[in-house]
Amino acid sequence: MTREKTHKWLVIILGLLISVSWIYPFFIIFFGSLKSRAEIFTNTIWIPETFVPENYSRAYEGLEYGRSFLNSLFITTSSIIIIVIFSSMAAYALARNKSKISTGIYFFCALTMLIPFQSVMIPLVSIFGQINFLNRFGLIIMNWGFASSMSIFLYYGAMRSISVSLDEAAYLDGGTPFQIFWRVIFPILRPTTVTVVILNAIRLWNDFLLPSLVINQEGMRTIPLRMYYFFGEYTVQWELALAGLVLAIVPIIVLYIFIQRYIVEGVTKGAVKT
Amino acid sequence: MKGKKKNLYYWAFVIPSLLVVFFVIVLPLILGIGTSLTNSDGHNAVFIGLNNYIRLLSDDQFIYSLWFTIRFAFVAVILINVIGLGLALLVTQKIGKVSLFFRTIFFMPNLIGGIILGFIWQFIFVRAFAGIAEATGLSFFNAWLADTTTGFWGLVIVFLWQMSGYIMIIYISFLANIPGELIEAGKIDGANKWQAFWLIKFPMLAPAFTVSLFLTLANAFKIYDLNLALTNGAPFGSTEMIAMNIYNTAFFQYQQGYAQSKAVVFFLIVAVISLTQVFITRRKEVDL
Repeated sequence: MTREKTHKWLVIILGLLISVSWIYPFFIIFFGSLKSRAEIFTNTIWIPETFVPENYSRAYEGLEYGRSFLNSLFITTSSIIIIVIFSSMAAYALARNKSKISTGIYFFCALTMLIPFQSVMIPLVSIFGQINFLNRFGLIIMNWGFASSMSIFLYYGAMRSISVSLDEAAYLDGGTPFQIFWRVIFPILRPTTVTVVILNAIRLWNDFLLPSLVINQEGMRTIPLRMYYFFGEYTVQWELALAGLVLAIVPIIVLYIFIQRYIVEGVTKGAVKT
Repeated sequence: MKGKKKNLYYWAFVIPSLLVVFFVIVLPLILGIGTSLTNSDGHNAVFIGLNNYIRLLSDDQFIYSLWFTIRFAFVAVILINVIGLGLALLVTQKIGKVSLFFRTIFFMPNLIGGIILGFIWQFIFVRAFAGIAEATGLSFFNAWLADTTTGFWGLVIVFLWQMSGYIMIIYISFLANIPGELIEAGKIDGANKWQAFWLIKFPMLAPAFTVSLFLTLANAFKIYDLNLALTNGAPFGSTEMIAMNIYNTAFFQYQQGYAQSKAVVFFLIVAVISLTQVFITRRKEVDL
């Protein structure tokens, strides 16, 4: 065997060893979720000896899984739709009208990205409370506000590579800026829209603190919120707590496996470009 | 298009975003500075000047939380960047398609939120480690998360597991941008693999270090979910990080004015970290 080949196989073996230990925590949780209450204490990290699939039906009920899942889905998708519509429009206007005002707005957005959530959460909750917006509608508005600057940046960056002659041609055909944007420009921005959707989806689906302050009521709770209470109730019954955790993780992992390439690309763009 | 009409469209496109950012971020920030000068409990507030800020200086728990967070951030930033870079170098070796599989695995924990991650590891530290201790007799695995030291390292380990894959992706994208000719030229000049890494790749990675260091630093300061799910500050507030300290002051002790003064200090710390990063990156860009 040549030196290069030996090197290649050594790297692969090392990579496999690290990979297995890297995801083993997930397996510990998965194995545990199928065990009986007694077995979790005698066999903590290995494959179950007897399978207790009923853990799942009980965790499903305890988490009010169907409802929590739909709540998460509703908050995430409706926030993202609004974020995509308004951020792309704002970025288009800013990129196509180079002026002092546009530069000012751009830097204003940049500055708001320096503000951590915890430093505005107390007044934010109090303002939204006073106008009776501590509900799903209010949460979507807040999600939009916190995601705006980053999304505008990503769209603004992409706008720079789209030629103005496209706008001009469409304008001569009699389109209004509104029509030009939605029919000509927005379709070209598709790769950026994918990035914006993915980055916001990861953050919004997993968000806990903001929803806990705004929609912490029976029937409205998202998966992370519901999980928090469920786990608190069931730490003495680990097998149920673990089945609940698996139920919470599975949708994310399944989606990840299917659109893995887009997620990694999106995260790279988000990290390097903003 | 005529100026007036064009202007109208411009503002129609920009104003919704401006308004929402103003009402969700800027207005609360400004009002928050006002709140921090009162003794507000959420309902009644009396102006008390800078008293909250003076009180901060002698608040042992706040200073402890801040110091705990700084130590945590310091350790986490170093470990995450070493591991993230290590993983990036591993998956960018010429190993074919299996590289994609490795990346997928290493990045996976980053997709899961702090609450879920914290609970997963609570089980591992508390139950699985106890099982390992029983099976092997190693006292190292006993009573994790029961004291401050294991609580600290528990938080570090989970944060590391969550962030390393993310930082790996940043390093990969920078490694990919190093021109191949540079490495080739080095090889022709007689550099071995080790030298090629330290003398050619390493200096070219400088911008990646800046991005990754500050990203981890800022994220380490903002941790709340993970802290809540893993230790909830126990035992006795000794693993309570700064964000949790602010939250508890506001929503458990109902001292919203006082909590907001902490929040303002917290804002200043995070803003200084982020601005330093912007400053350093800009200067480097000019150099290139």
